[in-house]
Amino acid sequence: MNRLARMATARRNPGRWHWTDIAAYAYLALGVVLMFGPVLWLGLSSFKTQAGLLEFPPTLLPMSQKEVRVEGQAQPLPLFEVTMEDGSKRVLAQVRRIGIQAQMVDPANPGQSIRVPIDKRTPVREFKLAAENYTEPLERFAFMRFLWNSVFVTAVATLITLVINSMAAYALSIYEFRGKTAVMLMVIGTLMIPITIILVPVYLVITKLGLVNSLWAVILPGAATPTGVFLLRQYMLTLPRDLIEAARMDKASEWQIYWRIVMPLAMPALAVLAIFSIMWRWNEFLWPLAVLTKTEAYTLQIGLNAFQGELQTQWHYLLAMTVVTLLPVALVFVFLQRFITTGIANTGMK
Amino acid sequence: MHSKHWISALALTAGLVTGGFVASTSAQAQTTVRIAWYSDGNEGEVITDLLKRFEAENKDIKVVLDQVPYKAITENLPVQLASGQGPDIARVVDLGGIARYALDLRPHLKDAAYWEKNFGPFLPWMRPEGDSKAITGFMTQLTVSGPFVNKTLFEQAGIALPGAKATWEEWGKAARDVAAKVQAPFPLAMDRSGHRFFSVAVSEGAKVFDAKGEPAVIDDGFKRGAKLVYDWHNNGVMKKELWGSVSGTAYRGANDEFKNAQVVMYQSGSWQIAQFDKTVGDAFDWVAVPAPCGAAACSGMPGGAGLVAIKTTKSPEAVAKVMEYLASEPVLSEFYARSLFVPGHLGIAAKGLDYKGASAPAKAALKVFSDQVAQLSPVAYQLQGYTSNRVIFNAVISRLGQAISGEGSLDEAYKRIESDIAQQIAERKK
Amino acid sequence: MASDAPVTTASPDRAGAASLFAAPLAMLMRLIDWPMQALQRLIGERRMAYVFLLPNLAFFSLFVFLPLIINFIFSVTGGAGLFPSERPYVGAQQYAYLFDCGSFLDPSSCREDHFWRGVANTARFTVFQVTAMVLFSLLTAVVLNMKIKARGFFRAVYFFPVLLSPVVVALTWKWILQRDGLLNAAITSLGGERILFLVDPSWAMFWIVFVSIWAHMGFYTLILLAGLQAIPADLYEAAEMDATPRWRTFWRITLPLLWPNMIVVIVLALIRGVQTFDEVFVLTGGGPGTATLMIVHYIYETAFANQVQNFGLAAAASVVLGIVLFALTLAQLAASRRKGAA
Repeated sequence: MNRLARMATARRNPGRWHWTDIAAYAYLALGVVLMFGPVLWLGLSSFKTQAGLLEFPPTLLPMSQKEVRVEGQAQPLPLFEVTMEDGSKRVLAQVRRIGIQAQMVDPANPGQSIRVPIDKRTPVREFKLAAENYTEPLERFAFMRFLWNSVFVTAVATLITLVINSMAAYALSIYEFRGKTAVMLMVIGTLMIPITIILVPVYLVITKLGLVNSLWAVILPGAATPTGVFLLRQYMLTLPRDLIEAARMDKASEWQIYWRIVMPLAMPALAVLAIFSIMWRWNEFLWPLAVLTKTEAYTLQIGLNAFQGELQTQWHYLLAMTVVTLLPVALVFVFLQRFITTGIANTGMK
Repeated sequence: MHSKHWISALALTAGLVTGGFVASTSAQAQTTVRIAWYSDGNEGEVITDLLKRFEAENKDIKVVLDQVPYKAITENLPVQLASGQGPDIARVVDLGGIARYALDLRPHLKDAAYWEKNFGPFLPWMRPEGDSKAITGFMTQLTVSGPFVNKTLFEQAGIALPGAKATWEEWGKAARDVAAKVQAPFPLAMDRSGHRFFSVAVSEGAKVFDAKGEPAVIDDGFKRGAKLVYDWHNNGVMKKELWGSVSGTAYRGANDEFKNAQVVMYQSGSWQIAQFDKTVGDAFDWVAVPAPCGAAACSGMPGGAGLVAIKTTKSPEAVAKVMEYLASEPVLSEFYARSLFVPGHLGIAAKGLDYKGASAPAKAALKVFSDQVAQLSPVAYQLQGYTSNRVIFNAVISRLGQAISGEGSLDEAYKRIESDIAQQIAERKK
Repeated sequence: MASDAPVTTASPDRAGAASLFAAPLAMLMRLIDWPMQALQRLIGERRMAYVFLLPNLAFFSLFVFLPLIINFIFSVTGGAGLFPSERPYVGAQQYAYLFDCGSFLDPSSCREDHFWRGVANTARFTVFQVTAMVLFSLLTAVVLNMKIKARGFFRAVYFFPVLLSPVVVALTWKWILQRDGLLNAAITSLGGERILFLVDPSWAMFWIVFVSIWAHMGFYTLILLAGLQAIPADLYEAAEMDATPRWRTFWRITLPLLWPNMIVVIVLALIRGVQTFDEVFVLTGGGPGTATLMIVHYIYETAFANQVQNFGLAAAASVVLGIVLFALTLAQLAASRRKGAA
């Protein structure tokens, strides 16, 4: 609490409030709501029942209608709050509905049935998590297999990305050689080609390599990313040259210089690329959908999206599975956020 | 680096490298048949059950059901099939488009006559152009488009349901009156889909094809249908959220709004029954009504998803065995009954199917739709059986949608529909 | 470049998780060292550059350049075949289709009207998005650069959505913006009328810009924040001594010194804007009508969603898009050159 209070009163010049300080905190508070709110809402919604998702106005927390056991009835009955003709309100259980009339009973006095027009009743609700949104699909699908595939793709692809891109960045930042400008131009020229527009040609290449339905088909095409080369090269350009020259004097091989000296120094930039690579790979959807057709090879993003049919989307499952795929990202964020944000800020967007 | 790290590193590396290949080197002791399958409701679970029984009876065949999002079936499957990388069997909706990759099961079937007798009218839908004999698959689900009505809203408004032969105009007016009385936001909703639109257009007299069987989509009947839908959007009978909210060929349905009692009348089709049954519960009374009438007919559109055998399979015999099992009367009956689908099997349809788990309203609705099958206009069948029918559907959705959202007039839409269809069919023939 | 950045060195004992990743790598690297040394003796130190480039170039040629060439072949062939060998040569016909227009100012006069609507929408979207992105990320960076408490926390808050996949971003907002969504619930509870955000063309455009800023602003903010922190503090102290108003300090000191980072932000946002697809596709589906149909969406629809998958026309459109992107990237190069000279 103390920390919170101090946080709330901290400002540019202690002891003197400037309107910009107040505006700044207001802006930041708005930011918290705006940035976290939607995702929180997604999370809450994923615990609602199918009927609960359709409600308007939506309830903040997952709610479902309260049910009671009434003597003489086989099934539990739904509870409603009913406005009676004399204006009084009563809580009644509904036995059945016929057209626009509902036949209801007082749970305390089950013998007497009461007829109520249906627009005079509102459901009585209680807080309830629809955990089945999670458990049903996870039981039905080979979740662990999907998870393993996703982890494998993400980890291996990130490792390969880091190694080959840092090698290229090393060559492009430390050496002068013939064709360097041409290579740089190619890297930059392809910097921003979205995979969507070369999806079919890449698919043809993968087919010719016989990699369809192998996880390598997902891993390999995106491994050499121009963004990665560009980012790492920009960072390596800032490293002190003397260090490398000194190592050469000491008869270190080029490979050792790259691996022992440049790589450790480039850690902040590598971390940023690693994080981006993890995010890209984990979230990838369109491309794996094209090359993976066998259940054993599905990644989470594909396996858990099987709820999108031709004519219907099973929202309750879809939202829950979205949260499942989101969780690792959220965890990475919680644990590494300081590393991520300072890393990017320090990577020298020169 | 400590030696402990080395060992864990080695183990990790080994694990990672082998892991990547597990997918491609699974055990091959038996013949494996792979089915690419998408689901709208519970049909994926039902077929899994049925296949388990098949595997128990046939130890030499292993059937793998690859459940995918529908997107993979429409967008990626054609590319995979063209490159020879497809599954052995696939559940598809674009029957005409996939037909050229389909396997003729006839030489492998024990009893081809059974297939002809029971799947007769649907077999041509799944045949490559120019072929009149092949048996390539069967319908996992026959769909018939038609309207659902929220009867409770009618009762609350005190307005009677229009009768069996009521026209689309009469229904539109009734729905608007009800919605005005009970404050429902959607008087009439229609899925953004070619099948739904053509139910109206064919009823209004659209012929779709010329005497030679070539597409001639824009005629007076089509224009009557289009004008009706266009006007409904402008006078508030229909809301722009379906037809006017997305571009291109995207599908949009109003099933969630209907379940929430916001729609008075919903032009959709038989596949909605299972989820209405499950989600609406006792909240209001919903009924399916026979297709409303136009100037020429009172017809819905047939459609549905077929299970099609694929030519590139390495084991056609095993594929035929799986297909024979799934298409056999008891198995298919159970599949339709548990998924609440309208049967695409004439024998089962004639006997009438007992939907055991279904509630009374669901049973009633299934009966309405099953009865509609016999009432469908021949034009509707011809359109569904046309190989490039999706070209027509897509052009209509895309261009009519633009007109409805206010981008250009209906006349411009007509011109674009004609040129879109001509261009695409020309491209295919190249 | 923030000079106060602590240079992190990799120490093997730092964290268990990190070494789990680092260990197999280290082993691999040591194995590679021997042949590498031999190679270096053979070709000399200078030419090792090519060796370092080789793996990356191999991947590049296989999965980027080769597909680009195939893509170009697609664009000069027709038909519905998948393999280039099955497709008849049609010359520049696909390009001619794309540019077959009565008037370039009126998309509906074009043969491929959706392509030109896509061009117009993408241009409009990019202009709005880049402008708003620069303004808001600058504002946020300036606020975060003030002497506030819990800066790390707030910085993280704004960065968080960058980690979400485009599909999740769009799904989340669609869930909020729909007819019966959270936002309309808030509006009606305040006594307002429901607004159909995704049915009205102007609202739809507004929301795709908004959502794209929501999702990516954190990244650009960090770039600007790095620039702000690199501005020497004594400049501000001097301004404070002279009692210069804050806004003047901002115009005279902050903005000019931040300009290089601003250019990076502008160019990156520009390129991203031109290739926008997933988010908009899931959020608005390109609608209402074709009000938010983007170029990449047009390409995708032409190649995949139609029954006749028209790879030729889609490829021609993507070649045109590629040329535009390349021009934008060259602009970035030119801009950073100028910056280097300054």
